[in-house]
Amino acid sequence: MLCYLFGIEHIEQAEDIVSDTFLSATESWSLKGLPENPTGWLYTVAKNKTRNYLKRNTLFEQKLSADLNYNAPQGEEIDLDLSIKNIADSQLAMIFTVCNPCISSESQIALALNLLCGFGIQEIADAFLTSKDVIYKRVNRAKEKLKESQIKIQQPTLSEINDRLETVLTTLYLLFSEGYYSTSQNIPLRKDLCAEAMRLTQLLVENETTAKPAVNALFALMCFHASRFEARTNEQGEIILYQDQDETLWNQDLIDQGTYYLNQASIGTKLSTYHLEAGIAYWHTHKEDTPEKWENILQLYNHLLILEYSPIAALNRTFALAKTNGKQEAIREAEKLKLTDNYFYYSLLGNLYTNLDNNKALIQYEKALTLAKSSADKALLLKTISSLIDS
Amino acid sequence: MNEFLIVIHRDLTSKDATPSPEQMQASIKPFQDWIGGIAAQNKLVNPPKRWDLGGRVIKQNNTVINGPYAEIKESVGGLLLIRASDYDEAVEIAKGCPVLKWGAVVEVRMAMPTA
Repeated sequence: MLCYLFGIEHIEQAEDIVSDTFLSATESWSLKGLPENPTGWLYTVAKNKTRNYLKRNTLFEQKLSADLNYNAPQGEEIDLDLSIKNIADSQLAMIFTVCNPCISSESQIALALNLLCGFGIQEIADAFLTSKDVIYKRVNRAKEKLKESQIKIQQPTLSEINDRLETVLTTLYLLFSEGYYSTSQNIPLRKDLCAEAMRLTQLLVENETTAKPAVNALFALMCFHASRFEARTNEQGEIILYQDQDETLWNQDLIDQGTYYLNQASIGTKLSTYHLEAGIAYWHTHKEDTPEKWENILQLYNHLLILEYSPIAALNRTFALAKTNGKQEAIREAEKLKLTDNYFYYSLLGNLYTNLDNNKALIQYEKALTLAKSSADKALLLKTISSLIDS
Repeated sequence: MNEFLIVIHRDLTSKDATPSPEQMQASIKPFQDWIGGIAAQNKLVNPPKRWDLGGRVIKQNNTVINGPYAEIKESVGGLLLIRASDYDEAVEIAKGCPVLKWGAVVEVRMAMPTA
């Protein structure tokens, strides 16, 4: 909000006011208890602080108030528009600013987390399994870049929406995936990342200029994935494979919501990868193995790969192929992929050889183990290997 | 890696040229699976397109004939561009084309390397 008001050049001032507000909140709330409407309280205090800041800062008034988005006459009190619509608009404008092609995609994610989702540098570092220093530099370099390029934070024009929407969606999907597939063991943080990615995507879905089919499809995809969040790991943070998941833990509301937005996405003639991925995720919300389910998943993967190659999609397609055309054919196809530096490749082959040739399966799983990086992946492989030996 | 053109020639004049819906259904899946398999190996250069059965053939004296049939009755039914290291590999991929089973002839051509 404040960045939107001040412009990107004054990002630090905006951040100062916000952290100052939270400081006041901690002081006041610990003495007087929680106010009736904490969000409203925070906005009002931030508003007052902004007003004071603008009054105090004569330099700002003389030199910079011309840049303000609100053409408030000099010296007059500035009025912050705190309507839900304006808050949503300003966040939308910020998403498009953060996703400016002048900064790298990893910086975009870090900056989005920092400015739009309010994550601290340490939290972001944890999510990316890297040091605070790296993220600090990444965020600051990105901010400098935005300032240097004098990017204006404003409602994106229609042509900007068309040009940049793809980058925005990539960033939001990466943000979501960082939470969903993150190797970090910090479960609450992972859920936060997903929730923030969904909140921001929902902003795009609810705004009529950005509610394009691909946006609806991405949101549907996120809903379907998120619906299984609780079932994916046990209390120890260990991964539970799809076929072993307790489907009563799947969130039916999110599945319904996903179905609704996938229908919303089914207009127009442009098919995005998000449509196809959402379709695949939709079929995964049906636990029962039916020929129809796997045939649909296989054809969606075929389409997805024709549209855009990715090694993970290639491996997943081969799994679907095993379900529809049989394991023998799937093994022949899998071996053609030659993704020999990928541990999913060997664990897929291990899976396909299981019950056909358990010795071969074991060899594949052991190769996978040498390539697995995260402790959760290793634990899962060890479990599979020992159950294979026992069988 | 080289680029190869895979041309599927079919007899479009025979009665099988317009298959029944059931035949269509049965032929689509193997075809989709074949293309999906090429794409899964990251060897698909361009997605395949469908081509109409109208076609025009232009000859030396600028006569234009309706229909896609150049000399013999078989004509181009499908085209795709793939990546492969040599002819052996490209031919191996082309052998998977399910339309072969229904009498098609598949031609493989290597793109000339750009100088």
